[in-house]
Amino acid sequence: MRRRHLLSALVLLAVGVGIWPGAGPVAAAPIGDAERGALLFARQCSACHQLGKGAVNRVGPQLNRVFGRTAGSVEGYKYSKSMARMGSDGLVWTLDTLDAYVENPRSLVSGTRMAYRGMKDAEARSALLAYLREWSDKPQNIPEAEPTARASGLVLDPAILAIQGDPDFGEYLSSECTTCHQRDGSDQGIPAITRWPTEDFVAAMHAYKRKLRPHPVMQMMAGRLSDEEIAALAAYFTTLD
Amino acid sequence: MTLSRRTFIATGLAAGSVLHAPVVFGQSRPKVVVIGGGAGGGTAARYLAKDSKGALDVTLVEANPIYTTCFFSNLYLGGFRDFESLQHGYDGLAASGVTVINDTATAVDRQARTVTLAGGQVLSYDRLVLSPGIDFKDGSVPGWSLADAEVMPHAYKAGPQTQLLKQMVEAMPAGGTFAMVAPPNPYRCPPGPYERISMVAHLLKQTNPTAKILVLDPKDKYSKQALFEEGWQRHYDGMVTWVGPDFGGGSVEVRPAAMEIVVDGEVQKVDVCNVIPGQMAGKIAQIAGVTDDSGWAPVDPASMQSKLDANVWVLGDSSAQGDMPKSAFSANSQAKVAAMAIRGELTGSRTFPAKYSNTCWSLIAPEDGVKVGASYEPTPDKIASVHSFISQTGEDAALRKVTFEESLGWYAGITADIFG
Ligand SMILES: Cc1cc2nc3c(=O)[nH]c(=O)nc-3n(C[C@H](O)[C@H](O)[C@H](O)COP(=O)(O)OP(=O)(O)OC[C@H]3O[C@@H](n4cnc5c(N)ncnc54)[C@H](O)[C@@H]3O)c2cc1C
Repeated sequence: MRRRHLLSALVLLAVGVGIWPGAGPVAAAPIGDAERGALLFARQCSACHQLGKGAVNRVGPQLNRVFGRTAGSVEGYKYSKSMARMGSDGLVWTLDTLDAYVENPRSLVSGTRMAYRGMKDAEARSALLAYLREWSDKPQNIPEAEPTARASGLVLDPAILAIQGDPDFGEYLSSECTTCHQRDGSDQGIPAITRWPTEDFVAAMHAYKRKLRPHPVMQMMAGRLSDEEIAALAAYFTTLD
Repeated sequence: MTLSRRTFIATGLAAGSVLHAPVVFGQSRPKVVVIGGGAGGGTAARYLAKDSKGALDVTLVEANPIYTTCFFSNLYLGGFRDFESLQHGYDGLAASGVTVINDTATAVDRQARTVTLAGGQVLSYDRLVLSPGIDFKDGSVPGWSLADAEVMPHAYKAGPQTQLLKQMVEAMPAGGTFAMVAPPNPYRCPPGPYERISMVAHLLKQTNPTAKILVLDPKDKYSKQALFEEGWQRHYDGMVTWVGPDFGGGSVEVRPAAMEIVVDGEVQKVDVCNVIPGQMAGKIAQIAGVTDDSGWAPVDPASMQSKLDANVWVLGDSSAQGDMPKSAFSANSQAKVAAMAIRGELTGSRTFPAKYSNTCWSLIAPEDGVKVGASYEPTPDKIASVHSFISQTGEDAALRKVTFEESLGWYAGITADIFG
């Protein structure tokens, strides 16, 4: 296993440098250390998820062939409302989206039932994803990430989280949200946005901004918010009861 | 946090004029009069009163005691909503501190800064907000005038007209013809006529499957066209015929007394005829003299302030602002920018750069919802679209269902945002 990765890394170095962005799926980068990933999976995931020959749904859905799959689509598994919604909105598990999800599940799928706090270390995540990847169909047919750049994940710069939002500004900005999202927190058809932990709110908005979360209206709305504006909104929404 | 905020609001209400003592207007509270309690005016009045916490004297003048939303009125035609679900009263606005007057504004004296109501009352204002929606252009469809709306309804201002159109569709003879004369640009709700066709087709498919639908259109293309065409073929194959300007859709005369339409000189009998005429700003905007030759009211893209009078703001359908479609979502979005700007002028509250947005959902068939939307920014000469998206043809049923459910959430959200 390790050998193959090493090899492709070498090929990559030789051929890829300089023309990297256009190199296409063939020259995909190694994801990470799959052997370490197997250990991580055993320790942190296997209590709820099965992977490998004969894997079935348990507390969580089985994870074979997760790459390229639409979120919330394993047959026979009862997903949270949030995960189902993300799936119909078009969330597909790629290296990028899985990386963001494993890093901080709720930044990508707010109401996920997965009671996992997230894996902060990027290298560990790469290892885990490399292992998961081994159990997706014909790995060579699936581009590792689109285009071929290594996933950026949703590593929020601590400086972004540290911004003190201006709640007055947030109140004005929030009026754009309340055309659809109700201030009283009802969530028929459209999710509630009140009572969120500030960090989750900020992470979710950045996930839309970076188009990791799929919804077109939200990508458009968040897409033009600056870091300060996202902080202002978060500051305002925490004042609502 | 919660406690201090409550306390602040309570004090704010009691001592509003002290806390927010207006710089320019001395002791008395500055007066804002809003004409029209729809998507634009209702939102503006509510946000002005709510956010100024008592520092502004906000009066809303609205002709009808109950507002019936045009948005979702097509779903009523299709049998997906009952009529009552479209209706909203003004108690919520009154509770936010708005003085609601149920009367029609008949004159505006911009020199004296007064508004005269049909009942004789004269209101003075420091700032006037006009959001009177649309009126129809005389002579837009040869043979049709407003007096014919009982025979050939427009149903483009929701209310009894919407109910009348539905009764007519239900009373159509088997295999009969429903005709729509579609409006020229610009008009309120660009996908509205075509969502209506979808809903009428849905109704007829259940009750009168051999009926025919004929759309006569002066435009050679229209909003969400590919999505509607795909949907009509999938759900109502063969029922809908769309006739564009190349085949006479732009030269239509109607004969209400005979229930006939004349398309490019050819006479045709129809059973129902929905005439949606050309449109212009609501009459009171014309009377106030804030419209130009186009029939619409030009506004400053950064604030929605009238270009012809700095004390007047024009919102929603009546305004000529640039790229935003005439929709409830747009009117609501513009109203929030206007309320912020007016409050800034009158109370010295902080102002922020304008942000506008719009999304319009349409229903094509049960659980087959689509949407189109964009975000906008003010530029020196217009409100300009900066980013947009639209549903795609061939989307799967699960996504269309979620889109439809989202539209239900939007309706609940925006009506709460407008009416409190
Ligand atoms: C069939 C149809 C479907 C639609 N669907 C959608 C949709 O899905 N989404 C969407 O966003 N938009 C939709 N719209 C468009 C939307 O209804 C309008 O764009 C929106 O209502 C415009 O808001 P407004 O404030 O400009 O005018 P309106 O909401 O029409 O409000 C104007 C108000 O002013 C009052 N008024 C007028 N003159 C006077 C006067 N002189 N004195 C006192 N009161 C007066 C009227 O009684 C009325 O209540 C639809 C429209 C139609 C016709």
